[in-house]
Amino acid sequence: MSNYESAGGRLVTPVTLFLGALVAIAGYFVLMRFLFGIGAETPFGAVTNLNDGYSWGIWVVYDVVIGTGLACGGYALALLVYVFNKGEYHPLVRPALLASVFGYTLGGVAVMVDLGRWWNFWHILTPGYANPNSVMFEVAVCIALYIHVLWLEFSPTMFERWGWSNAARRVNKVMWVLVALGCLFPMMHQSSLGSLLIVMGAKVDPRWHTMLLPALFLLSAISMGFAVVMFEATLSADGFRRPRETPMLKKLAVVLSGILAVYLGLRFADLGWRGQIPALFQGDFLARMFWLEIALFALPILLFSRAAWRGSPQVLFAGSVSMLLAASLYRVDGFLVAMTPNGDAFHYFPSVPELMVTIGMIAFEVLAYIVLARVLPVMHGHAPVHGASKAAAVPAGD
Amino acid sequence: MTVSRRNFLRGAAAGCTAATAAVVAPAPAEARGNKELPPEAVGLLFDATMCVGCKACVVACKEANGLPIQVPMERAYEDPSQALSPTSFNIIKMYKEGEAKTKDVEQDGFSFIKRSCMHCVDPGCVSACPVQAMTKDAKTGVVSYNADACIGCRYCVMACPFGIPKFDYDKAVPEIHKCQLCNHLWKEGRFSACADVCPTGATIFGPVPKLLAEAKRRQAMTPGEVAKFPRRSTETGDQTKEKPAAKYVDHIYGEKEGGGTQMLMLSGVPFDKLGLPKLPERSYASMSETVQHTLYDGLVAPAVVLGGLLAATYRSSRKKGGSEEDSHE
Repeated sequence: MSNYESAGGRLVTPVTLFLGALVAIAGYFVLMRFLFGIGAETPFGAVTNLNDGYSWGIWVVYDVVIGTGLACGGYALALLVYVFNKGEYHPLVRPALLASVFGYTLGGVAVMVDLGRWWNFWHILTPGYANPNSVMFEVAVCIALYIHVLWLEFSPTMFERWGWSNAARRVNKVMWVLVALGCLFPMMHQSSLGSLLIVMGAKVDPRWHTMLLPALFLLSAISMGFAVVMFEATLSADGFRRPRETPMLKKLAVVLSGILAVYLGLRFADLGWRGQIPALFQGDFLARMFWLEIALFALPILLFSRAAWRGSPQVLFAGSVSMLLAASLYRVDGFLVAMTPNGDAFHYFPSVPELMVTIGMIAFEVLAYIVLARVLPVMHGHAPVHGASKAAAVPAGD
Repeated sequence: MTVSRRNFLRGAAAGCTAATAAVVAPAPAEARGNKELPPEAVGLLFDATMCVGCKACVVACKEANGLPIQVPMERAYEDPSQALSPTSFNIIKMYKEGEAKTKDVEQDGFSFIKRSCMHCVDPGCVSACPVQAMTKDAKTGVVSYNADACIGCRYCVMACPFGIPKFDYDKAVPEIHKCQLCNHLWKEGRFSACADVCPTGATIFGPVPKLLAEAKRRQAMTPGEVAKFPRRSTETGDQTKEKPAAKYVDHIYGEKEGGGTQMLMLSGVPFDKLGLPKLPERSYASMSETVQHTLYDGLVAPAVVLGGLLAATYRSSRKKGGSEEDSHE
């Protein structure tokens, strides 16, 4: 019944073993964190370098804010395929959804590691405790709901593997509702992740602090979604030795350029409106960071501007990497670099254990993606090509 | 392809325009303004020109709140607490410039400054806290913390413009710590220990309107003019001996900052030199909540968007009628 198949292949390889080791190291530091606190000393340095000036570090900014942005592939494709009715991108949906399920679920896990009083987590969803005025409340409710929606969207893939065709059919019948919810929730919380910064006011440099934060975060999250689809499609084509989806990615590149242009237009219009343009030419460190961001955002537009260029898998890959770096840097700048706490001189750079936990999370995500793509029917149906002989086999829709 | 791109961009642009319009141009009626001062608001007035830097208030605060003093009690004035921390809710810091000869003068002068919770009229920490662990008392306006509700997300730490809430990073069961105006002493008829103990009247406790009136009275005085000043609290009748009025900068810090605070400050040295942030009159909490409520009040906007999405996904699932495009099948 399915047009999908698993990628197949061995599960225990040097790559998966290495990833497993990284996960184990992270596990050790997570254990230290739960036993002794998020800033506790370990033989390898403090668990985190968080302090009262920078109370949110990479566990929040990378694992949650950037991590869920990187997990927007499922959302971005769902918008394209189901809302803008572009069925030809359908073959990309399942792999993207798999990455989204993992990105978001791990984002949720990362929150629990970062929360100081994690055993009270349920308060945030409980009337009497919950504070609807809080941006964090909106983010938490919305991400919690979206994780469930994502698993439901992905469930037919697992049901197929287990041969539960009735269950798969039942979920597929209401898939249009799930997809609509799966488009709504990211729209809400990806914008709210930007709104988190509004209440921080003057602590965030005015070149980043604007009432348009929600719109800018949403647009850049959608771009991240498309970029990550291009990134993953290229990597898994090479990694799993499957044919490339270049013709489809080529068109996606055009869509991505369009969104990026809107994003950049909005960002500069807002800076102009708020009289911040001269501050961009101050030549200070933050101004240089700003222009680095802008260059990374603009590079994909340039790379994808000619049909011949965007036909090259290398160019598509480079453009998607540039885009992912751009949106990640935008988030790191907003939450950390452009942040100046009041009071004593605070500094923050993640500690080694803190970095290892984040690296372990990424390793777990990649590991799980590899294992599940090899086991579950995630890849669009065409025989795996070993070597280059059948590389011309191009999926339908172009 | 060009057509599809154009359609897509048109759709995307329309969506973004709508979202942007909702964000930038909220109907004035929906914009949430600053909150008002609670009816029985109490607070502190700190006059830097009267502070001699004895740190009696630092020690009294630690005693009243059961916080450790890091040196023997008889030498408590030497307590090295330099910054607010989970065990220091109130500190006196020093400003020095050049030769630091003259008190309350910006150049070649020095000044003391008290740092403790400002008890904002419209606090960012209360707006940010997702679980109502940070609350502002509806009557007295005291901003206090309830560890039983707290999830330890530290959004209050990030939201506070003054750097007040402090978190236990090295504890498995951490809490937030900050000044609560000694509201636990009120039932004994006592008030904020820092004001109670201050020998010079530099810090006084009282209802905020009275503190503001006192601050304005001092500012209206001619420098050098001799007068008595309230000591400990505006309510106890304690007064200082007659002493000359100081020369103040023309600003009552906390009257307007970030929507106003229940701790007010007077000084001879500009407040930014003393480490206090320059804040707009509009509270950041009101800005944040205006955006949130514009987008989410009554869930109207999400419901409308969901309606549109459902129509689109239903149509696209019908069109392909059970083919493979129907779902992720």
